[in-house]
Amino acid sequence: MTKKRVVITGLSALSPIGGNLAETWDNLLAGKSGIAPISAFDASAFAARIAGEVKDFNPEAYDIPMKQARRMDRFVQFAVATSMMLLKDADFIIDDKNAEDVSVLLGVGLGGLKTIEDFHTRLVEAGPNKISPFMIPMLISNMGPGQVSIFTGARGQNAVITSACASAMHAIGYAYSEILLGRTEFAITGGVEAVVTPMGISGFTALKALSTANDTPEKASRPFDLNRNGFVMGEGAGILFIESLESAQKRGAKIYAEIVGFGATGDAYHMTAPRDDGEGMAGAMRKAVQDAGLTPDAVDHINAHGTSTSLNDAAETKAIKKVFGKRAYDIPICANKSQVGHLLGAAGGIESVFAILSLYKGIIPGTINYETPDPECDLNYMGSGPQKIQAEYALCNSFGFGGTNACILYKHYQGS
Amino acid sequence: MSVEAKVQKIIMDQLGVSADEVKPEASFVEDLGADSLDLTELIMAMEEEFSLEIDDEEAQKLLKVKDAVSYVEKHTE
Repeated sequence: MTKKRVVITGLSALSPIGGNLAETWDNLLAGKSGIAPISAFDASAFAARIAGEVKDFNPEAYDIPMKQARRMDRFVQFAVATSMMLLKDADFIIDDKNAEDVSVLLGVGLGGLKTIEDFHTRLVEAGPNKISPFMIPMLISNMGPGQVSIFTGARGQNAVITSACASAMHAIGYAYSEILLGRTEFAITGGVEAVVTPMGISGFTALKALSTANDTPEKASRPFDLNRNGFVMGEGAGILFIESLESAQKRGAKIYAEIVGFGATGDAYHMTAPRDDGEGMAGAMRKAVQDAGLTPDAVDHINAHGTSTSLNDAAETKAIKKVFGKRAYDIPICANKSQVGHLLGAAGGIESVFAILSLYKGIIPGTINYETPDPECDLNYMGSGPQKIQAEYALCNSFGFGGTNACILYKHYQGS
Repeated sequence: MSVEAKVQKIIMDQLGVSADEVKPEASFVEDLGADSLDLTELIMAMEEEFSLEIDDEEAQKLLKVKDAVSYVEKHTE
């Protein structure tokens, strides 16, 4: 049986460097940083006081009426705003005939943390009878796809996948599989996250995971650099519209790229640290390549997980060397977290958007703040900025707490 | 601000409706588009604004804007 071909026909982004796809991509190539002092709350008592926030986000500007917006956690507002932009980009109209064929399968790492914080304060200060009926429907992570479905009319599968910072990549992998299996025709998939909140920041600070370079926010996220000292939390969404090649051709859709492989593994090692031999990460990369029926020789671009933590970047480098051998040194590798920060459950979504655009436009973005080489990280991280390179296969990596690893292999679309 | 004006403002905020829609005879469900979750939150917002405790049985009788205004007027000084 020939495997169905699955293509990406729509992209959408909401990020610390842009309120839509075009602005985000332009700022990515311009080398801009979206990291700044936290504005969502008074962070003066916090060790980490910087983040990559979506700037001046106003739900009404994205056609979400204020009454509905008030009943959504910020991550849900992001999901709805990004999905509505996505359908426009995909030039896809959901109607009675196709509604049940459109699934919404998103990755969310944490969910409505801000809602939990606000209502916990209310519970303690005002008592149990002062909890709003909207608390539960606001905080549950699957309200992201739930509200997307309500706003767009998509009535296919509706679910969230949660696997920490690999959530979006698992969601895309799952959506890809469902299309291959013929269980859904179309999918809105990717990731969304918004936890720049007191508990979000203090929780990751306690893990010693966050950079505290508060005085130089734009320099704080520096994947693979010797002087990296933790990740910077970001927020936002990166979402794709995917369907079979046959369906895309039938409706004359613009095709950005193809999904050709999905690979995932678990570390069986530690709650938060990756295996120091990088074997879990390497396994996921190998499986993604094998799933596409290829060998690692085919891969000519890697969009790294590259968090700017000491452990991840060293282990990921080791893993890339294990999989690609001597070729590892030649492959252009970029780490977009240097500019947008770490979008946690949405990281694999926004970075997939970037990897796909890299293939579509024939240009690979750089890694900013890569200044001082680390002997443990000695590959080609594109520190000198974007380059016009027409890659054929881009491997996109996401790894998460719990020792979860997920990779997707995207292919440049060259027509039928 | 009068009780009526305060109640009107709460209704506008909670239900996302405009001032001219919030007429005394307007029904929360039929005219202002409220569902059961909206009503629960509307009652809670009034309790908070006027430091009241409105029990469920009483709350179920507040169907129109004028019902809410007169309830609050009766139960506050």
